[in-house]
Parts: sequence; C-alpha cells; structure tokens
Amino acid sequence: MVATFFDILAGVAVLIGAFFVLVAAVGVVRMPDVYVRMHAATKSGTLGSGLMLIGVAIQSGEVDIIMRALAAVVFLIATTPVAAHLLGRAAYICGVPPWRGTWIDELKGHYDPETHYLSAGNEPVNGGENRSKTKQ
Amino acid sequence: MTPMFEVGGFLGVAVTIAFVMLGIALLMTFIRLLRGPSLADRVVALDMLTVLAMGFIALRVIATGQALFLEIAIALGLVSFLATVFFARLIETRAGELDHGYDVPDDDGAAPGGREKR
Repeated sequence: MVATFFDILAGVAVLIGAFFVLVAAVGVVRMPDVYVRMHAATKSGTLGSGLMLIGVAIQSGEVDIIMRALAAVVFLIATTPVAAHLLGRAAYICGVPPWRGTWIDELKGHYDPETHYLSAGNEPVNGGENRSKTKQ
Repeated sequence: MTPMFEVGGFLGVAVTIAFVMLGIALLMTFIRLLRGPSLADRVVALDMLTVLAMGFIALRVIATGQALFLEIAIALGLVSFLATVFFARLIETRAGELDHGYDVPDDDGAAPGGREKR
C-alpha cells in the first residue's frame, strides 16, 4: 500500500524531528553560556522543526499543503540564522561574558564601543599613512 | 468530546511520542527562560519557544488533518523573527544600562568580560 509507506516515512521524519528539538532544548538548558546555547537552539531546533514540517508534507500528499509546509521550512531556514547572528552580536556588544572555557576571543578590541563599528584591524590610520601596507 | 487523533497505526504512535518529547522540550526551555542570567539568554529561550510552537503546529496538522494551522506557523515564524530582531536592537542600544544578571564584583567599573562598561 502506497499510503502506508508514506505514513511510515512521515512518522520517521516526525520522530527524528522531535528528537532533534529535544536535543536543542537539552542544549539550551545545559550549555554554559549564551553563545553556546544559541548554537544549540538555532541549528538543532531548526533542523527538528523543519523535519516535522516535512513530515506534514509527506503525510498529506496534497499540493497546497506541501507548498505551505515547504514555505514554512524555507522561511525557518532563512530567518533563524539572521536572528541568531543579530542576537549574538548584541550579546557580545552588551558584554555578556563567555564561560571560562572560551579562551580565544578574536573579536576582542575590534568593536568600537561608541559606534559599534566592526574594524578589521588593518585599516589605515592618520589619513592613510600606511595605506600601501593594507593594499597588499 | 471529539477524538484528538484521526490517524492510527505507526503514524499515530509516532505523533504521540513526538508530542511527549516536545512537551519535555517545552518544560526545559521554560527552565532556561526563568533562570537564564542575562537578557540574551531569555531571548534565546523565546526563540526556542517559537520553534517548539511550529513543531506543535506540525504535529497537530498531522493529528487532525486541519491544514489551516500551517499558515499560522508561517505567521508565527515571521513574528518571532521580528521580535528577535528588535530584542537584539534593544540589547545592543541599551548595552550599558541593562543588567547582565551575573553576580560578579564590579569594583573598578570593568564589565565581567573584561571590556569597559559604558
């Protein structure tokens, strides 16, 4: 039976998706600081919820429901990294400390605390005295 | 009372197990929402709550066959994205005024991460 096969496929997708969402929630509770928690919530949560929506698309088999579910998945994939990036940048500028295991901070000193401008560290200073150095 | 599930067999069992797992995930996310020391932690938990709500909507669409809820999932994703963006703007512009939530001695005016507090 074809319908039974698609039902089993949708059930497997739903179970895997729920497992990944549960892993994301465990990560949100157990991870040590906000940056690592964001990592868990963003990647694993998006994958899990997207898999459950794909399960809806597999189970229904109708074109309009498939299109709506895929639109929701695409929207989730498109917006979640942007939101997480903005939130991580805001947390870093706000001064939320990383946990003690983070001992490489490559952004240290690169953010202007007044304008929030991110410098690359090799900009020409004093009207471009060392511009020749940065061009190479 | 009308039956909640219109699917049976393996898919019904899978949807039931997934409902239980999402319920546990919801409780754990609420723990982080209540505890999470800084405002950014709470916003991460709020974002996670929306992802969980989209999962619940997907499970309910499978369980009842009412496909109308999928549009609510799309709208919920849009509202959650805008909410997170504006929370990030709030945290960024009010960086010096907000409490980090971390109990560290603040004797010389330095932020806990070593950067200068504005």
